Amino acid sequence: MGGGRPRAARHLIRALAWIWLALLVALPLAVVATMGFGTAQPGIPPVRLPWGAEGWQGSLESWALLLEDDYYLGAALRSLRLAGITALCCLVLGFAMALGIARMPARRQPLWLGLVLAPFLCGFVLRMAAWVGTLRDAGWVNRMLGHLGLEPLRLLYTDAALLVGMVHSYLPFAVLPLWAALARRDTALEEAAADLGASPFTVFRSVTLPLAAPAALASFLLVFIPAMGEVVIPELLGAPDAVLLGRAIWAEFFQTRDWPLAAVLATALLALLALPLAVQQRLSVRR
Amino acid sequence: MTRILLVLGVLFLWAPVVLLALYAFSASREPFEWGGLSLRWFVALAGNERVLEAAWLSVRIAAASATLATLLGGVLGWVLARHGPFRGRALFGALAGAPLVLPEVVTGLALLLVFVGMQTLFGWPAQRGAGTVLVAHASLGAAYAGVLIQSRIAALDPRLEEAAMGLGASRLAVLRTVTLPMLAPGLGAAWTLAFVLSLDDVVLASFVSGPGGTTLPVFLFSQLRLGMTPEANALAVVTLGIAGLLLAGFAWFRRRA
Repeated sequence: MGGGRPRAARHLIRALAWIWLALLVALPLAVVATMGFGTAQPGIPPVRLPWGAEGWQGSLESWALLLEDDYYLGAALRSLRLAGITALCCLVLGFAMALGIARMPARRQPLWLGLVLAPFLCGFVLRMAAWVGTLRDAGWVNRMLGHLGLEPLRLLYTDAALLVGMVHSYLPFAVLPLWAALARRDTALEEAAADLGASPFTVFRSVTLPLAAPAALASFLLVFIPAMGEVVIPELLGAPDAVLLGRAIWAEFFQTRDWPLAAVLATALLALLALPLAVQQRLSVRR
Repeated sequence: MTRILLVLGVLFLWAPVVLLALYAFSASREPFEWGGLSLRWFVALAGNERVLEAAWLSVRIAAASATLATLLGGVLGWVLARHGPFRGRALFGALAGAPLVLPEVVTGLALLLVFVGMQTLFGWPAQRGAGTVLVAHASLGAAYAGVLIQSRIAALDPRLEEAAMGLGASRLAVLRTVTLPMLAPGLGAAWTLAFVLSLDDVVLASFVSGPGGTTLPVFLFSQLRLGMTPEANALAVVTLGIAGLLLAGFAWFRRRA
C-alpha cells in the first residue's frame, strides 16, 4: 500500500473511535467502580471522592454495608428470581410462538412476526400504562368481574402484575432469535424421524429441540440480562416492597442520594451478570 | 398446539394495547371506563402544553442523537470490519459492544457520574439537560448502529470497490459513488433503530437529564406514578396512528422503488 495520506486518514478515524469509546464507555465504567469507594456527604455533588489533594481517602463503608445488610442480599436474590422466571416464561411461550410461525408457509411468516412486534409501536411507557389501567383496583379486569357479580381482585402492585408486565415487554425479544433459528432448520430431519416411526412429541424432543438449543440459550440470556437491572416495570406494576437491584440503585441515587452505595450496587449487579455475559459472548462468537 | 400458543401469545401482546386505544374514545373521566363515545381526551391532549413540549423535545433529541449515533456507529463498524487485526482490536470490539449488554441503570448512573465529574473539572457541560440526554442516547445508539453497519460492510462485495479503483477513481470517489450508496439501506436502518431507542428511553434520560430536559417517556413515567388520566389513552392512539402511517408510507415507498 503506497501513499501516506490514506494511512493517516485510517489512523485518524481509528483514533476518533478510540476517544469516543474511552470517554463514553470505558471511563464511565471506571468511574462507577471507583465511586463505590467514596463517602456520601451533604453537598453538590453529594459525595466525597475516594481521592483528593492529600491522596487516597477512600473507604470501604459502602462495600461493607452491601455485604452486611440482608436488605441488599434480598434484592439480589429477588432480582435473580424475577429475571430467571421472566426469561423462562419468555423462552417457553416464545419457543412455541416461534415454532408456530416457522411451521407456516414462508409468505405468511412476515405477517405473524409483524403481529408479534407491532405492539412495540405504541411505546414502552404507554404499554405499561395499558397494564396499569387494566389491572388497577378500579381497572378493566375488576370492572368486568363486577359485571359478572364477582368480588374485585387485588392485581396491581403484586408480583403477578410485575411478572405479566415483564413477560409482555420482553417476549418479542425472545421470539426473534428463536424464529431465526427455527425457520432455518432442516425439516428433512424431522420428516426422517417421523418416517422411522417417531411420535410427534418424540420428533420434537429428540430432533427439533436439540437443533434449537443454542438459540434457546441465547434468547434466555437476551431476556435475563436486561431483566436483572429492570427499573421501570417494577416501579409501575410491582409491589412497593419488592426491592430489586435496579430499583435499589435507582432509590439510592434519586431518593437517598447515596451515590457511593448506588455505585457499589451497580458494580455488584455487573459482577452477577459476568457469567451470563461471558456465556452470551461465546454463543455469539460461535455463530 | 404451537398454533394455539402463537395465537394466545399474540392476543396477550395485543390485548392491553387494544383496550388502551379503545378507551381513548370514551367520555368517562376514569381511564378504562366506558362513558359513551367522545373525542374529549384528544382535545384535552391537544391542549396539554407539557405533553406537547415534551414530545417535541423527544423527537428533536431522537433525531439528533440518531444522526450522531449513525455517524459514530459507521466509524465503529468501519474500523471493526475493515481495519484488520490492529493492536487492541479485542478491547475495541468489547467497548463498542458493551452498551448493548450493560443494564440501563448501570449505563445511566455511569454516564451521569462522568458528566458531573466533567462539570466539576472543566465546567462543561455547564448544565445537564437536553444536551446530556442527546449524548447519552447517541452513545447507546452508536453501539447498536455499529453492530448493524459492521455486518453490512462485511457483506459488501469488495470487488465492486476494487473495480472502481482499477478504473481510476480516487478513494474519496469510491467511497462517495460506490461504498456509501451500497450502505445506504443499512445506514437508514441504523438511524431508525437509534431514533426509536432514544424515543422510548426512560432510564438513561432520567439519570442524565436536568432542568429543561424532560423527554416524553420521562414525563409519562412521572405522571403514571401519580395516577392515570385518559389522555394517556389518547396519546397511545396518536402514537400508533403516526407509527402506522410511517410504516405504511415506508412499505409503499419500498414497493415503488
